[in-house]
Amino acid sequence: MSRAPAIEAVDVRRSYDLGAEQVHALRGVSFTVSDGEYAAIIGPSGSGKSTLMHLLGCLDRPTSGTLRVDGRDVAALSDAELARLRNEAIGFVFQAFQLLSRSSALDNVALPLLYRGVPRAERRERAEAALRAVNLGHRLGHRPTQMSGGEQQRVAIARALVGEPRILLADEPTGNLDSRNGAEVMRILEELNAVSGVAVVLVTHDAEVAARARRQVRVRDGLVELDTAAANPAQEPVPDPARGGRVAAAGEERA
Amino acid sequence: MKGWEAFRVALDALRANRLRSLLTMLGVIIGVAAVVVVVSIGAGAREQIESQVEGLGSNLILVVPGEAGQRGAPTVSRMTLADEQLLERVVGDPAAVTARLSSGERIRAGAASAFTTVHGADADMPRVFDRPLADGSYLTATDVDTRRRVAVLGSRTAEQLFADADPVGRQVTVGGTRFRVIGVLAEQGESFGVSQDDEVHIPITTAQRILGVDRVDAFAVRAPNSEVVPAVSRQLHAALKERYPDQPFSAITQTQILGVIGNILGLLTSVLAAIAGISLLVGGVGVSNIMLVSVRERTKEIGLRKALGARQRDVLAQFLVEAVLLTTIGGVLGILIGVVGSVLLDRFSPLPAAVEWWSPVVAFAVSAAVGVFFGVFPARRAGRLDPVVALRTE
Repeated sequence: MSRAPAIEAVDVRRSYDLGAEQVHALRGVSFTVSDGEYAAIIGPSGSGKSTLMHLLGCLDRPTSGTLRVDGRDVAALSDAELARLRNEAIGFVFQAFQLLSRSSALDNVALPLLYRGVPRAERRERAEAALRAVNLGHRLGHRPTQMSGGEQQRVAIARALVGEPRILLADEPTGNLDSRNGAEVMRILEELNAVSGVAVVLVTHDAEVAARARRQVRVRDGLVELDTAAANPAQEPVPDPARGGRVAAAGEERA
Repeated sequence: MKGWEAFRVALDALRANRLRSLLTMLGVIIGVAAVVVVVSIGAGAREQIESQVEGLGSNLILVVPGEAGQRGAPTVSRMTLADEQLLERVVGDPAAVTARLSSGERIRAGAASAFTTVHGADADMPRVFDRPLADGSYLTATDVDTRRRVAVLGSRTAEQLFADADPVGRQVTVGGTRFRVIGVLAEQGESFGVSQDDEVHIPITTAQRILGVDRVDAFAVRAPNSEVVPAVSRQLHAALKERYPDQPFSAITQTQILGVIGNILGLLTSVLAAIAGISLLVGGVGVSNIMLVSVRERTKEIGLRKALGARQRDVLAQFLVEAVLLTTIGGVLGILIGVVGSVLLDRFSPLPAAVEWWSPVVAFAVSAAVGVFFGVFPARRAGRLDPVVALRTE
């Protein structure tokens, strides 16, 4: 089965017009994420990793270069087509959970299916299954305000997975959690990645979290500074990329 | 997302902000209720007047100077009592024509006094206008011929001047002249809270002397039956036109009176309903305003929904349905209040009110239209939000 990679970025650039000034947030980024991969995008603030995250999430289009998500050229899609691509190919997990506080866990999780036109009964069934998968089968009717941060993030993960996407994009998923809950969320993400084969892309500045990913993509000044996939094709888990010694990967940098 | 899904999502959002939703609806509720009540009062007034005019009998013709329905200064009558015979010849019945000269005067009886309408009339009045007496007797031909100073009181005037005492045989003073009360007219009731029994009838010849004139304001003619009314009315007009070639006359039939009153009431109702409609418009602006606030407050939610796959039109539909729900729920509440208010007004106030079947239907349609009109702008704004920017909002 010659399926297109989950994500394929070739010389992706993104600049913003701020009045007279042009800000180049991404200055030519290329990499590929295959199905079942588990990658962390790391970099200091202002490095362009948020911009990259928005592009990978199909919330934005590149200024130039080619970005294919689920085999589709993001720049060529209309707003409505992008919305559909997000709905079908991508699951989002945000740092601040982004749950609807008025709605129950079940309704929150079912939300992506609403926009896919799935009938109500099936939505509820699938949302319940997704909540059970993150061990929240007993919390279906609870509202986010009645849950701990760890539980809320698990609801968010269930919501990201309910539509069975190819890619799960997690933006600082442990940023608002204590270490115990953070570890639990990471364990669930790893398990899902292993069991369902969904490609997980984490955006984080937490070295510990990044270290648990099998692949690290380090972004700096709008460029990929380091990509362990190229340095380590076997995609073995890398013990600690944050602790220097990986200057050899500088060759991956694209000018 | 299907239509009823948007409906459910919108209803949830309104429920989450119950007090605000209700306050936002209030403008529409008041506007719709006001329109329904005004239209009901207009319809009630028309019904009441129609029944009153019909009570006069459908074969009554009023002969007045001037051209009915024409603009300009009211014409002073040049008709005199001598014209009565002319009209009587046209109808072929001397008892079917009665003359009238009216003036507002103060009337006194001892210490009591009242301001009232004094009608100079003749013996044929009760038959022509179908006004029976409650007590005593009415003016006679002799009273008129000899300019007697006798008076017949309307029931309300009698009550004002003499309270419970019997007025017949007592004295009243009109314009410095003393009159003996010989009768009291039967009660006619009220119209728009104004008594129809606040009047005094005296012989028309006596009235002419007191006022120092020899004119007659109008003649009322009762045609033998309603079929000949148009023909008789034309003949009356022609006869007078021959006698007074340079003075315009009108012979007004009941149908014409109904038409004129209908036009006036229709116009009045439209103007009042339009004023009430303005509050509906203001209510619409309120809805628009609150929807804009709501879009701003829920920017993050909109961003999230878009990230999860909501298209521009899904978000637009959600907010538009919300606005339309606000105005239509408000509209239904306003209709309920308006209908109940109309019924209560009709029952417990002098104002007549009759709910027209079409007014709630139109009110509902208009409130839905107001929702669409004032909801589109905020909803488009919501739909167009950039998800990246929206998600970043705090």
